[in-house]
Amino acid sequence: MFDITTQLFEGKDIRFGPMDHEKDPEIESKWTHDAGFMRMYEIEPARPMSAAMLKKQYEKLEKQIEEEKDLYYFTIRAKADDRLIGKALIRWIEWTNGNCYIHLGIGSADDRRKGFGAQALGMLIRFAFAELNLFRVSARIPEYNEAAIALFKKFGFVEEVRRRQALDRDGRRWDLVVFGLLKDEWVNQAQV
Amino acid sequence: MNDILKGALVQLGAVDPDEYSKAFAHWRRDSELMRLMDASTTRLDSQKNTQKTIEKELEDQKVNQYFFTIRTLAEDKLIGDIGLNIVNWAGRDAFVGLGIGERDFWGRGYGTDAMKAILRYAFMEVNLRRVTLTVFEYNPRAIRSYEKAGFRHEGRMRGFLNREGKRWDELFMGILREEWMENNGNK
Amino acid sequence: MKDLFRGELVRLTAEEPDVRAKVEVHWQRDTEFHRLADSNPAGMESEKKLKAWFEKRNEDGFKPERYPFSVRTLDEDKLIGFFGLWLDLIYNEAWVGIGIGEREFWGKGYGTDMMKLCLQYAFTELNVHRVSLGLHAYNPRALRSYEKAGFRLEGRTRGDVARGGEHHDSLWMGILREEWILMQNGEPQ
Repeated sequence: MFDITTQLFEGKDIRFGPMDHEKDPEIESKWTHDAGFMRMYEIEPARPMSAAMLKKQYEKLEKQIEEEKDLYYFTIRAKADDRLIGKALIRWIEWTNGNCYIHLGIGSADDRRKGFGAQALGMLIRFAFAELNLFRVSARIPEYNEAAIALFKKFGFVEEVRRRQALDRDGRRWDLVVFGLLKDEWVNQAQV
Repeated sequence: MNDILKGALVQLGAVDPDEYSKAFAHWRRDSELMRLMDASTTRLDSQKNTQKTIEKELEDQKVNQYFFTIRTLAEDKLIGDIGLNIVNWAGRDAFVGLGIGERDFWGRGYGTDAMKAILRYAFMEVNLRRVTLTVFEYNPRAIRSYEKAGFRHEGRMRGFLNREGKRWDELFMGILREEWMENNGNK
Repeated sequence: MKDLFRGELVRLTAEEPDVRAKVEVHWQRDTEFHRLADSNPAGMESEKKLKAWFEKRNEDGFKPERYPFSVRTLDEDKLIGFFGLWLDLIYNEAWVGIGIGEREFWGKGYGTDMMKLCLQYAFTELNVHRVSLGLHAYNPRALRSYEKAGFRLEGRTRGDVARGGEHHDSLWMGILREEWILMQNGEPQ
């Protein structure tokens, strides 16, 4: 698939961007105060963060990107006004094994159900296979996040592991599901 | 997934060191408040120093502490703070500490609402098995509030405090996961 | 209260950094051991660097999410391996990493004894709800051993690890507290 003309970071309505240390913390701080969103997006306990705390976190992330080299971090921005609407990550990259985990979220409820997540996921997968030359992409999703599971399945991810009762949240136990997509599968999809 | 940081009157939020230290330095000047909340000797402190202490505490927060500001839903006003301190992971037990710094919000259900929110967080997000608190015997308003939130009396340390020329007991109260689940089911 | 640190063939220990580093150097030379136990590329580190690493771990002190153990034979007090438990405190899950660096002790029940102590510690002292582990699909001996210990296969991530010019699957296993308790009571799985 040697096609350098297709933009890696431009989608139909959204684009990938770098962190904006000035503008983004304020917006992301609001997302972190919405525990409904955070409990879908993260398996760690929801914790609100101030803009100042997020600024520090961005710096830590940039340090990790530089030192560990196992993370690609993109902001998802609306093309129309460059507004921050979400995050898209390729993380836990094991270069010698050619594998990684993909993670993304659209922070504000108003921006969901508009196809932005699907656009971002497609771009993320393409980047992992066509630019990072990885062999497989994984995703770890709690069983209660039906929207995410449906989205990943649409992109051809296969359910591979069901870690039974690995999560304890909202007063009950849930399974944590691991999905995988291999490069060949993605290439074949794209050709279809 | 519910937004469990939101109560009926308040929202639990992040601590911005700058804003919080300003508010806390102001609340410290209310010695009645301090003597209700804190067993250590009441004293005054500059805002800058308060900020340094808070920033350090936030940095140390990590895995055993969950510390939040309390803001009113109506006007987003910072009125106090509440935090969980997990003392024993194998036993899944935490201490909770609550303080409403703004007097205007005493006795109006804000404290109880914040405590309800943090209990829900403790049992539904951090998955603890019990939450403990201590309260001074001369703080009947708080004791009533905690009883309303579901805490049961578990004992007292006699003569623990020495204030205003008299000895006072420190009361221990606790709530178990099963008790909370019974009364709050899955909401 | 039983002695959680003593099994039938082995006992659990905490070793001095220099002692632990010395055996680690020795074990790192065995790439078959490494490639069975680990998914990172094989490599060898100096004793000095390893000692500093173990020293730093001591200095950092006990962490609530990490429980490392060294393992010695009861027989001759030989340091033969290790296991570590990494906890997710919120969800009460422990991940196990376990290995016997001394090859002469493979296939003789030492691993089984180690895993028994490990699960007992996890379920009765750390009170976790589940214990998880991952292994290479090309490590059938480990798979059998873990199945005997009570772990159930929960899935396989395809092509997870690249080695020897090929991609290999990783297997993922888990045992729940209820299951372990039933096993202790001698009930059939």
